[in-house]
Order: sequence, then structure tokens, then C-alpha cells
Amino acid sequence: MNAPDPRRIAPVAAPARGAAAAALPHDLSALPLREHMALLLREIRYELLRWLRTPSFALPTLLFPPMFYLLFGIVLNHGNPAAAVYLMASYGVFGVMAPALFGFGVGLALDRERGLLTLKRALPVPPGAMLLARTVLAMLFALAIGVLLQLLGSTLGGVRLALPQRALLLLVDVLGTLPFCAIGLYIGARVGGSGAPAVVNLIYLPMAFLSGLWIPLQMLPSLLTALAPLWPSYHLGQLALRVVGQDNGGSSAGHVAALLAVTVAFFALAHRRLRRG
Amino acid sequence: MPMPAPDTLPLAQLRGVHKRYGAVVALDGVDLQLQRGQLLALLGANGAGKSTAVALLLGLQVADAGSAQLCGQDPRALGARRQAGVMLQSAGLPDTLRVGELLDQARGYYRRPRSVADCVALAGLEGLMARRYGGLSGGQQRRVQFAMAICGRPQVLFLDEPSTGLDIEARQGLWRAIQELVADGCAVLLTTHYLEEAEALADRVAVLQHGTLIAEGSVAQLRARFEQRTIRCRSALAAAQVASWPQVRRVDGRDGVLEIVAEPAEPVVAQLLAADPGLDELEVRRAGLADAFLAITRAEAA
Repeated sequence: MNAPDPRRIAPVAAPARGAAAAALPHDLSALPLREHMALLLREIRYELLRWLRTPSFALPTLLFPPMFYLLFGIVLNHGNPAAAVYLMASYGVFGVMAPALFGFGVGLALDRERGLLTLKRALPVPPGAMLLARTVLAMLFALAIGVLLQLLGSTLGGVRLALPQRALLLLVDVLGTLPFCAIGLYIGARVGGSGAPAVVNLIYLPMAFLSGLWIPLQMLPSLLTALAPLWPSYHLGQLALRVVGQDNGGSSAGHVAALLAVTVAFFALAHRRLRRG
Repeated sequence: MPMPAPDTLPLAQLRGVHKRYGAVVALDGVDLQLQRGQLLALLGANGAGKSTAVALLLGLQVADAGSAQLCGQDPRALGARRQAGVMLQSAGLPDTLRVGELLDQARGYYRRPRSVADCVALAGLEGLMARRYGGLSGGQQRRVQFAMAICGRPQVLFLDEPSTGLDIEARQGLWRAIQELVADGCAVLLTTHYLEEAEALADRVAVLQHGTLIAEGSVAQLRARFEQRTIRCRSALAAAQVASWPQVRRVDGRDGVLEIVAEPAEPVVAQLLAADPGLDELEVRRAGLADAFLAITRAEAA
């Protein structure tokens, strides 16, 4: 450390006597809205940079769903157009799950263990800024995966969808991150950094399979089909499939309600857990 | 609510604070005050309650009884923490972000942040701004954390063992930066294991043991209160005999060498020379803060 030139150092807040108290009411007020928005945008930007520069997170998360789709939806599909559409929608939901579950579940567990969460609580970071940044991260990843899948589907898979359908599918993916963010948050709040990847994988892969995201439910044993409504990914999968006209015919409102309930329940559980410190 | 005169308004204070984790009592009725332009060193063994005291002042924990205030507010209020800077023992900052990015993010949490150039100069970050945090040495990472702690022009600065992992040169740079901040009116709460750090920087020292404040005062006061000198000599006298003299607090005798803790030491030296003309290798040593600290904790534990 070099000795700093004292002339370059701006005085610490209010060196004059009595100015400390005078500065108080000013600083008590909330940040102006524009500064607050700038703060949140910075938080999102750095969260995004942080994870994009982490290949072990970014690569599998972004590439696995398109790779699976390329393999099972296009190469091994032998030109079945219905399957190409089905898998495009269902792998999109599969792609929603990973960034939300891993970003929150593993990321939060690590941050909690390594002290970053405590530091952010000690710093004047508005409550929820970190939560928002990570949710937006999951949404942007889900969006990117959805776009990649649609590109593959329309160029190589012969998928023809109307523009509103394409947009709606992406909207389902983006909003569909919320229940999985909440589940990830709860895992991250409960499990340690070394255990979190195992826990996430343990629920992520079986849940995707049991919800008919890899092969249609009709082709699974009837017991598994009957149990499918237990999994949140089933409800999101049905909403995505409904956009392309391949759902089981259940009510959309029911699926939305189930996803909302999961989101609220896990968020509340995680909140209680994190508040206890 | 009537406000006290600004000059006497403590920037951080604990009043009659009790805090327990399950069956473990972390703090048992602690009062602590931190004033403008003052550096308070909080000393104590591991588990003495230092970190809990810091956590309460930052709103990371809530006291079971008593109150914690930061800049006259509840430390959990964002407005209070916007006037504080903090460097915790472990930061866990993202490895993949660059130093400049981390600093930019931290500066954004404050209303009137210090300029980047000033942060770089104060924390000694020259040449590190484009480096990724994960690629830095432990000492460099500590300097980044220090820069993040001071970037908001804090009125109160919490430094939890800041010089851990720093080499001597970096530590002295850190000390200069801290002294400069204090001279500018910043209040600093420093916890440290390095007693020479407290001795070099602190206006006041508070010693915690088992969740209780067992001593508080200036470095000189503390040393005076627990002042004792150690007399070493080679002598034929028996340790038990010397131990019975007034002013002698403790005697260790081994292989003809006596180590006598006494205050005042002069009459004991005179008596030693009178009782054993053959005495040699006489040596009288004054305790530093480290010895005073040991004496305090030992006395309280006994």
C-alpha cells in the first residue's frame, strides 16, 4: 500500500463540528427513485456478469436444453413434426428450471456460507435487491434458452408457429422461473454450499422426467402420470404445451394457481429461514 | 425526540445489551460507545463476544435486551447503514468480478461516494482495478474489502480484524489510511488479534471476556491499571521466600533463575540485592499492552 497523497483525499463526511447531526435528516431519506433504479440495474448487471463468467454455471445451463433438443427433438426424431413442437416447448421448461434452481439453490448456499450474504446485509443494500437481481438473471437465462430452442426448432426441426404463439411461449418461460426461484431460494436457505448441488440435481432431473418434459406423459406408466400434478414443472409444462396445442386439456387457471401456490409457499418458508439468520 | 448535542452524540452505541444463542451467552449486559474521530479497539479472545457486538451494531443480529444504535437510529435502518462502512472477517465476494466492478457496485450503495481515485489511493489498489477478485492474493483481497468499506465516506467504520493476511508493508499502509480517516473525523471500531495494532491506532481499548466488558480506557490507562513489571535474575534465594515479600505478585523459580512479577518493582529489587549479594543477570521489564491484556484476562478468569 502506498502512502496516499493527503491532498487527493476528499474529507470524510462533514469534518466540521456539528455537521454530523445536520447531515442526518438528509441521509435518512430514501434514495431518489432514479438512483434507486440505477442501483438495481447495477446489481442485475454484475449478477449477470458474475454468472456468465462462471463457465460451470453458464455453459451447462445455457447449452444442455438446446443440445438435448437437437439430439432428441431433431436428429433422433425422424421428422415427426408433433414431437419437434412438443419437445421445443417442454425443453424450454426444462431450461427454465436450471438457472432458477442452481442460481438460487447453489448460488445462495455458497454466498451464505462464504459470508457474502452477511456482508450485503451489513452494507446499505436495499432489501430484496439481491433477490431481484438473481430472479432477473434466471429470467434472462430462460429467455435465452427459449430463443435458442425456437431458432433450432424453426430452422432444423420444421416447427411452424405464429408470432403470438412464439411470444407467449417465451412469456411462459420467463414468468415460469418464479416458482423455481422460490424453491431454489428455500434450498439455498437450508442446505450448505457443498450439499446444495446434490439436492438440486436430486429434484431437478427426476422432476423434469416425471413431468413429461423429456418424453410425453402418455408414454410413462400410469402411476407416474397420476402423480405428475404434484410437480410444479408439470404445471408449467402444461402451460407451455397449451401454447402449442399439445397439453392434456386441464384448465390453465388451475396450473397458474398451482404455480403461484408453490411460489408463495417456498418464498415464505425461505424468508422465515433466512430471517432466523 | 430531543437530540443530544451533536458533539456528544455517539455514532454507535450498545446500551445494556444481552444476547444469547440458545444456551450460549454471547453478550451479558454490555455498554459501548463510539464517538466521532475516535478509534475504539475491541479486544478479546475468540468467542468473547466481539463479533456479536459488531453484528448488533450493524443490525445483523437483534439484541435480546438492551439497545443498539447506529448514527442515532436502529442499525437495521438503511439510512443508518448508509453512513457506515464495514469490513467483515470474511467477505466471500464473487471471484469472477473485477476489482473495479466490485468497487463500482459498492460505491453505488452510498449517496455521496468517495471518488474511485481516492478509494484506490487510500486502500492501495493501484494496478489491481482490472484484475478479477478470485485471482488476487489474500492481502490484495483484504485491500479490496477495505476500499469497499471506505468508499461511502462513512462516519462510522467497522473493521473486523482488517489486517489478517496482510504483510507488514500493507499493514502499515492500512494503518496510515485508518489514521487519516480518524483524523478526518471518522469513528472506527476495530477488532483485532494484533495487540500492537490496537496500541498503534486506538484512542480507547475495550476488553471483552465471556460477553462482559472487563476493562475499558485509553491504552495508557489500561496499561497503568494493569501495570506490572517483571524482574528476572539469577539468585540463590528460594522462590517461596521471595513470594512472601510485599509488592510481589507472583514468582516463578527454575534452575536458579527467578521471575518475579511485582509492582512497584524498585523496593523488590532493593530487597533482592540486600538478601542475595551474589545475585546477577538482573533485568526489569515493563509490560506492553499484550502483557497487560494477558494480565487482565488472567485476573478475570481466576
